[in-house]
Amino acid sequence: MKPYRGLAIIFGFYALGEFTSFALNLTIPGSVLGMLFLLAALLTGLLRLEWVEDEAELFIRNMSVMFIPPGVGIVSYIGLIKSQMVPISVAIVLSFLITLLITAKTVEFLRRNEG
Amino acid sequence: MNALGITLTLVVFYLFSELHARKRAFYTNPVLLSIITIALILKWFGIPYGSYMDSAVILKFLLGPAVVSLAVPVYRGRGTIKAYAKEIVVGIVVGGTTAILTAFYMAKALGGSERVLLSIAPKSVTTAIAIGISGKIGGIPALTAVLVITTGLLGNAFAPELLSLFKVKDRIARGLATGVSSHGLGTARIILEDELAGAVSGLAMALNGVFTALILPYLIEVLK
Repeated sequence: MKPYRGLAIIFGFYALGEFTSFALNLTIPGSVLGMLFLLAALLTGLLRLEWVEDEAELFIRNMSVMFIPPGVGIVSYIGLIKSQMVPISVAIVLSFLITLLITAKTVEFLRRNEG
Repeated sequence: MNALGITLTLVVFYLFSELHARKRAFYTNPVLLSIITIALILKWFGIPYGSYMDSAVILKFLLGPAVVSLAVPVYRGRGTIKAYAKEIVVGIVVGGTTAILTAFYMAKALGGSERVLLSIAPKSVTTAIAIGISGKIGGIPALTAVLVITTGLLGNAFAPELLSLFKVKDRIARGLATGVSSHGLGTARIILEDELAGAVSGLAMALNGVFTALILPYLIEVLK
């Protein structure tokens, strides 16, 4: 019966996060809130890691396939993407490059000044 | 419910995963190839997206519990987070904010429409969280999903080389920059070269997802 304990906890925290996001009318996704609640439960010792770790790993290892259905929704927006190809592709490439280098240089500076 | 959507997704993803196992390169990424292939199949056969989603929605639903599950690697990495707390906090605040602002303003300067700007803003965080944020702020989750994966592929293909080109040697800096800029796909690459940088990259990815989810909806109100 072990997997059901882990699954019940994970789905339970997801439901709790969704409910909180809805009830408090928050713009933060319920799944992220659920993750924070589960993290808090683990850190405070309310839940034991062994109760959820196998099931959590199963979800994380198989996350890739879950991106496909939302991604396929792109079929409805081909026209929009074609007409905005330039702003989209330039922003994606340059933003990636700038974010990578600014983060790296900032952290490196911080580490160097620590000695 | 017709089983077409989920079957098509599993078959196509399985085939591309086999290809990726044989030829490991960023351009054989099975998720992006599957999205393109399935989109083309739907178009060719005139299958409406709604009909595909009839059963494929099950996979999409599982993203919720998958994000909740990210609490486990963060909990396990709490020692690393404590050891590099200052670097991680500064790296995520600086990097996470830079990612949002540069993407938003560059797309805006080049004439991007509001829905495109809202879809592009969360592109540096892990796909599952980015889709959630996009839906909440009025973006197009499907477009966000594709942009997030494209961003991740850039990191997967070029992050370590770019960091070396710009003479970034510090392992923590390399890991944080990779995780913040290109989430799980960047992490998957850098972990092959350096385990510590990879671990930091994975934590940066999860924490940047939380940071972005917390600030972006409010930041976007100011930017709009």
